Amino acid sequence: MQVHNFEKVWLGAAILLIVGFIATISYGTVGAGISMVDDSGGQISAEAVQNGNTGTAFDDPGVVQESEDNVVVYVVAQQFQFRPGSGDTPIRVPVDTRVTFKVTSADVVHGFAVTETNINTMVIPGQVAEVTAVFDETGTYGLVCHEYCGAAHHTMGGSVEVVPQDQYEPQEVSN
Amino acid sequence: MVFVDEYPKTSKLIRSQFIVSFVALALGALFGIVQALHRTGTLRIISSADYYTILTGHGVLLALVFTTFFIAGLFAWAVSNSLERELPQRVSWSAFWLMLFGTVLAAVAIIGGLIGAPSILGHDLKADVLFTFYAPMKAHPAFYVGAALIIVGSWLAGYAYFKSLWNWRSENPDERIPLKTFMVVTTMLMWYISTIGVAVEVVALLIPWSLGLISSVDPLLTRTLFWYFGHPVVYFWLMPAYLVWYTILPKLAGGRLFSDPLARVVFVLFLLLSTPVGFHHQYVDPGIPEGFKFIAMTNTMFLLLPSLLTAFTVVASLEHGARQNGGKGYFSWLRNLPWGEPAFAGCALAGLMFAAGGFSGMINAGMNINYLIHNTLWVPGHFHLTVGTAFALTAMAISYWLVPQITGKKLQRRSLAVVQPYVWFIGMALMSNAMHRAGLAGIPRRTAEPMYSEFSFEGVAGTVGEMRLQIAIGGTLLFVGAALFLVVMAETWLAHRGGRLQVNSVFPDPLSGPEHSPRILDNYKLWTAIALVLIVIAYGPPLAAMLADGIAVPGSPPIPV
Ligand code: HEM
Ligand SMILES: [Cu+2]
Ligand SMILES: [Cu+2]
Repeated sequence: MQVHNFEKVWLGAAILLIVGFIATISYGTVGAGISMVDDSGGQISAEAVQNGNTGTAFDDPGVVQESEDNVVVYVVAQQFQFRPGSGDTPIRVPVDTRVTFKVTSADVVHGFAVTETNINTMVIPGQVAEVTAVFDETGTYGLVCHEYCGAAHHTMGGSVEVVPQDQYEPQEVSN
Repeated sequence: MVFVDEYPKTSKLIRSQFIVSFVALALGALFGIVQALHRTGTLRIISSADYYTILTGHGVLLALVFTTFFIAGLFAWAVSNSLERELPQRVSWSAFWLMLFGTVLAAVAIIGGLIGAPSILGHDLKADVLFTFYAPMKAHPAFYVGAALIIVGSWLAGYAYFKSLWNWRSENPDERIPLKTFMVVTTMLMWYISTIGVAVEVVALLIPWSLGLISSVDPLLTRTLFWYFGHPVVYFWLMPAYLVWYTILPKLAGGRLFSDPLARVVFVLFLLLSTPVGFHHQYVDPGIPEGFKFIAMTNTMFLLLPSLLTAFTVVASLEHGARQNGGKGYFSWLRNLPWGEPAFAGCALAGLMFAAGGFSGMINAGMNINYLIHNTLWVPGHFHLTVGTAFALTAMAISYWLVPQITGKKLQRRSLAVVQPYVWFIGMALMSNAMHRAGLAGIPRRTAEPMYSEFSFEGVAGTVGEMRLQIAIGGTLLFVGAALFLVVMAETWLAHRGGRLQVNSVFPDPLSGPEHSPRILDNYKLWTAIALVLIVIAYGPPLAAMLADGIAVPGSPPIPV
């Protein structure tokens, strides 16, 4: 097969570029330790979530101080609200602390994204999505359902309030 | 001799396919401008709840119907032109009617939701589920049956190309497969392999489930089956555009294809790599281990290779053409290209925009940077450059060249045709750059009004108000672009025959011809086998894990929306 010289150079450069991309991403995941959404949250019955009889913290979702330095936020997404998160029950978490969000759905597929951060996950019935973050600035962040979930999808928002550590009260369970 | 006189039967087939495709384009573009104006708050003629019905119609009509019918017509032309024979008629027409019937079923289900149609067969006649139709959101069964028929119809259409190839092969046992047919066949093989996913999803799971025959489905499993098909489908749109850029565009530029063997290598690479990448649409899905996502990411990155090679060969062919026309210098040869020819200008502008789309695609493919833009407006910003321009503008542009040949009528309203690609280009530049930036600001896709009571968005570069304005203006220009195209087509179609067509349908030989390519490239069995092995590696373990506890576990009952 006849391959022109310019073509060979281009081919080499293209492969170099691709390998470079893969290398930077591998570094991001392995070296810099950017954790990905994966199967660590486990499975759950969507119907049990709907009926509030899962026997887990999802039956009474809210913010829980699970250990000295880890705050866990249990969130149920359902048409068309986050519990907690939407309306007058914002998610309230402390600044400079490891926060783990565990999110599941009681009905259809939703999205869960916190604006100005890279907290971004799908919420799939039957699965628990788990993302961990540390907020290093106080303030109010937006919470968006970014996956179409029905006729009022565009109203499904909420907020995350990051407060100074001394103003944060754990065990703030909401419904 | 003109194509229509040489192959009258196939011409009639192509004309029917193109008409359906253009009607879908007209309706889809109408829905498009309604959305662009609604979600930017510019003009609101529908309720926000109806936005999603319109968006379902836009996605299905453009991404599924317009594309599939146009591709069927283009491929019918490519096969019959390069193998010099009429396509088998019975199977081709059965395919056409099956696809049309499916389209009508799906369209009725979608439009039913808009007019508040009554319940039929015990289910509300509606389908506000978007063209990704994720379970457990549920549409009327007619929607799923319609979608399935469109796909089965496209399989049958493909059978006609294979049959033509076998007939040709028995008469020409030693010749190399002509390039156009080679490209059609590789594309169809890729399509067969990749549609298995959605066919299983729809036929085995969603249809029985929407009819109430099975009580629940596993949303993650159906989602995975959907995306197994959901990425290769974009190559099913792109490869026909590549066929045009490789085989017709160089000649429109006044030259010839640079390298026939490399074009074949590119298509084989697509066949091998297109399918085992779907998890890159599920980077942020829970329930899928990181390793599987990583494998899909690696494959995705290698899928850049055929596109980068295409960029080289196509640009080199254009440069060759421009130099034939007296072009000189490093870059000033660009001025010697026929920018006033609508077919050429449209394809070249589409290719240019595709390069920009390629860059935003590399961002999407990055497993970690993807977190910034997943499900934001960045995503439609990206695919309006790829399918919405690389494919759609190429389809429109090549129609200016092809429709006269399949109708025997001279292109009418040439002056409108000349400006049309530029209008589309400018409209898309505005709409898509604003969508990309709005995505970086976190504004989600698929939402009737991205304004929440709890907070508001802030732009990273430029204000949200300015982005909205650009999306509205860009969307309007795009609609004008589509309308100009349709006017030119309608007048051409209705014109009387006679006079010179002003199209030259003779293809010059490539600079490096097929005789330089190794014979192994024509070994479809080998390539298909390798493609399947790669898919088993990428999808075998995750699917086995999802199925280990039963096909409906963890299950969700249907939820009408
Ligand atoms: C008149 C030209 C067009 C306009 C004004 C337009 C505008 C839009 C807008 C505003 C959206 C919605 C974004 C959102 O809310 O998420 C959209 C979505 C979409 N468009 Fe277009 N578009 C046009 C042409 C096309 C073409 C030619 C194609 C493909 C061939 C296409 C394919 C799509 C798809 C697949 C979606 C996504 C649907 C979904 O998210 O379910 N569009 N378009
Ligand atoms: Cu939602
Ligand atoms: Cu939603």
